[in-house]
Parts: sequence; C-alpha cells; structure tokens
Amino acid sequence: MIEIDALTKNYGHHTVVDKLTFKCNPGEVLGFLGPNGAGKSTTMKMITGFVTPTSGRVLVCGHNIEEDTLASKRQLGYLPEGAPCYPEMTPATFLDFVADIRELTGSHRKQRFDEVIGKLHLEPVLNQTIDTLSKGFKRRVGLAQAILHDPDVLILDEPTDGLDPNQKYEVRKLIRSMAADKLIVISTHILEEVEAVCNRTIIIAEGKILADDSPQQLAAQSKYHNAVRIDLPDDNNFDEILASINQLVSVKATESDREQHTITAIAATNEKTLWHEISNLISQKAWQVVSVQLESGRLDQVFRQITRGVEA
Amino acid sequence: MNLIRALFKRELQSYFSTPVAYVFIVIYLVLMGTFTFYLGRFFERGQADLSAFFSFHPWLYLFLVPAISMRLWAEERKTGSIELLMTMPITAWQAVLGKYLAAWTFTGIALLLTFPIWITVNYLGNPDNGVILAGYIGSFLMAGGFLAIGSCLSATTRNQVIAFVITVATCFGFLLSGFPMVLDLFSSWAPQILVDGIASLSFLTHFANISKGVIDLRDLIYFGLLIGAFLYTNTIVLQWKQAD
Repeated sequence: MIEIDALTKNYGHHTVVDKLTFKCNPGEVLGFLGPNGAGKSTTMKMITGFVTPTSGRVLVCGHNIEEDTLASKRQLGYLPEGAPCYPEMTPATFLDFVADIRELTGSHRKQRFDEVIGKLHLEPVLNQTIDTLSKGFKRRVGLAQAILHDPDVLILDEPTDGLDPNQKYEVRKLIRSMAADKLIVISTHILEEVEAVCNRTIIIAEGKILADDSPQQLAAQSKYHNAVRIDLPDDNNFDEILASINQLVSVKATESDREQHTITAIAATNEKTLWHEISNLISQKAWQVVSVQLESGRLDQVFRQITRGVEA
Repeated sequence: MNLIRALFKRELQSYFSTPVAYVFIVIYLVLMGTFTFYLGRFFERGQADLSAFFSFHPWLYLFLVPAISMRLWAEERKTGSIELLMTMPITAWQAVLGKYLAAWTFTGIALLLTFPIWITVNYLGNPDNGVILAGYIGSFLMAGGFLAIGSCLSATTRNQVIAFVITVATCFGFLLSGFPMVLDLFSSWAPQILVDGIASLSFLTHFANISKGVIDLRDLIYFGLLIGAFLYTNTIVLQWKQAD
C-alpha cells in the first residue's frame, strides 16, 4: 500500500508537485497520466526516495520513505524513466549484481532468476553487453531488475516508451499478469495503455490531481459517450442522411467528414436512446451503411478537456 | 558489508570490461618508466634506491588519478543509472565506500604492476627494501587521498570534464599547500595558526616523510582523516543533490 500525503516539491520558486494526496492499494494498477512536465516523474522519484520532497510524506507499506528509507526501498521495484542501466555489463552480470544488492540467496535466488528471465524472454541476450542490445531488450532488462526481488509495490516510469507494438503488448501482458497481488503505478502519456492495463487513473497537470477515476468512468465524461458513428460506403446521399439525423430529438450535435463518409452523432442524453433511434431510422429508410458503432467515450478527448480545460 | 562487496565487485568489473582499465594501466606504466629513467636519471644516479621513481608519483597522480575518479559519480548521473543505484536498499555510505574502494583497488593494481622496477633495482644492487615498501605504502595512500577528493567532486556534477578539471585544481592545491605558492594567498591576512594548518595539509610533505622509510603515525592519521573527510562530504553531496 502507498499513502501519499500533501506531497510537494519546489524547484526554486517553481512548484512541480503541489500537495498531492492519494492512497493506493494492492490489486490496483494506477495509471499516472499527464502532459509532459506535469510532475509525473518527480512524483515517482519522490515515492521511490530518489528525490527528497520539499514537504509532505510518502508511506510505502507503512514505512516512511524519508525516515525508514531502507525498509521502504526493500518493498519497492522501480523502473526509472528511460530504463537506465550499466551499459558495459551484460544482463546476466547486471541481474547478478541486483540480486546481490537485494540479498537474494540460495534456491530462492535461482528460482527468481529463472522466472524473471523466462517472463521477459532474456535468454538469447544474457551474455551480450547491454550497450549492444536493442531498445526493447534494454527496457526488458530494466523491468527485470525491477521485479527480480518480487516487490509488493512496482513503480514503472513509462514502461513501454519506445517499444514496438509487439513488445508493448508483451509488457502490458506482463503488467496485467502481476496485477493481482501487487500494487503497480505506471506513468504514461499513451492513453491506450491506460485503457489496456489500468483499473484506476489519476490525471495530473502542473502538479495537481485533476481527475481520479477508473478509465471507463473517465471516458464516460467524454462528449462522445453514447455517441453513434456511422460509416457510409460513399457520399451519394450524405446530405440527406446528415439532415435526417440532425432532426432526431436525442441528437445534440453532429460531426461529419464527407471525404471519409462518416457521421458522428453526439448524444443529448446519457441514455442509449440515440442508438435505437438511429438504427430504426436506418432500417426504415433502407440506407446503405458500412457500420454503425456506439462509442463509449474517448479518453484522449477527456484528457485534453481536463488538462487544458477546453472542449477539444 | 555484503552490499559494499557487491558494489565493489560490480564497479571493479566495470573497469576491466571497458578499455578504460587497459588504457590507463599502459599509460601509467609508460609514464612511470619514462619519468624514472629519463627525468629521474635512475641509472646515472648510480644509487640502489627508488627515490627517482617515487619522487614523480605526486605529479603523475595529479593527472592520472582524477582521470579515474571523474567518472565515479558524474557518469552515473549522466547515464541516469544513479537513479537505479540510489533507489536500491543501500545507504549513501555503502554506495560511496563500494565505489571508492573499487577505484582505490584499481589504482593499487596499477601501482603493483610497477614491480619490474623493484626487480631491476634489486638485480642491480642491494637496496633497502623496507624503504621501498614504505614508498609503495605512501604512494598508495596518496592515491587514496586524491581519489577521495575526486570522488567527492565527481558527485557534484554530471559532466566528467568539469569533474576532472576541478579535481586536478583541488589536488594541486593540496600538493602545494606547504609551499609559498599557496601559503602566500593566506599569509597576508589569515592568523598564523591557520597558515600553519594549511601548510600541514601538504600531500608532498606527508608523502616525502613516508617514502623516506619513516612510517609515522601522524602521516597515516593525516591520510586517514583526509580520505574520511572527503568521503563523508561525498555522502553529504549526494544527499544534498537528492533534495535539490
């Protein structure tokens, strides 16, 4: 469990993190979301004890990171931003070093090694210098050192940044597989990642919490929540369809793209009546459509709305 | 203790897994040889001792030791691995000591590899090997002093060039603190006791004492205190940077 209480960090007169307060429990995968420079990394550095807060406190599993530093750090696994490593080492010697520092011994050490190396598919590169590895492997070595001691709390700063789609998929799968009994905090600015792995999202900007909810609930704040998107095969009767949809009572507004032959009808109410009205209309008039989709909401739009305070 | 050993092992291995170690050792030995035989006129002197060899150590260390120490912390800062290191369950003291001892051991290895000169002098004559041993001990302690200064200053920056330059300058000050060049800066305004204090900080004087073959407790305490003080400052610098 992590408890953060009025955590603040000033650099000179500039406040990077401003009285941040939240709690996080095992089983939660917390997505820390925010524009660049929002204070995500600084917050993570304070949670892991790398940066000393100006004021406020951090409790990791009941241990105060500033007073009971070693006990807190033992509970933590941390992947810093950019997954820094010792480039002249090999994954094998590096993990050996980490295991020494984490004081893993005997059969437990062997078992953790096998598990981590297997989970992250590091076998083929174990004896190559880290410097010569691809970005994906470097990131996996960084993740391996973070989970080697099987920590209760995992702090991952942009774990999938710079990975290819397959590697992203693998890392997300790994995070989900560890989620059940751990507390995982990941920072990211990739919204699909939040939807893919997180069950709680905190959006911060300028060091303050702007939203704290599940990704689904956040998406529901979007104006596209319950919107209906229609794909047409061509633009033959585009204007007619657009006009009819605009006349429906449940429609608040429409957005159309003639070139892509798409019309998005934004719902006036929160119920799904719009969907029924439009499907009825389509069958009634026998329009040719490619697809009709009900949208649950767009997180990217909510994100812009919240962080910039504008309807994007 | 185990943690310091793990840090020490990693650090020492990293010297030898890059060309740094080999380049350093080769240059070190070549320079030691050149200075001893040409500038020190080892053969022409016709004396069976190694004073020609040891007398150049302070000046070689002035440039070679900062080249080792500059990377200790500045490189960790530059690559960001310091974030990895300092979020592991180790104290600042353990990290500083582990890294420092590895660097000191490394200079010790380089120093030991000068053994052919000891063989040479024993082949040519009958030197006092006790004095030679004292010279080696003094040289090793002096390298340790330079390294402690360098380690501390390396923690203040992420730029290795800056770390190198300020370490050379500081070490130069310590080398010459018993000489007019440094003392004149203070003697006009500082009380005599301070001037005397500064004069007694000279590396050269303490090294010269030891390499004469007299291992005085005061000289040992001097190097011990100096190393301790700079390593302690090193941990303070790390914590101070953490809060910055």
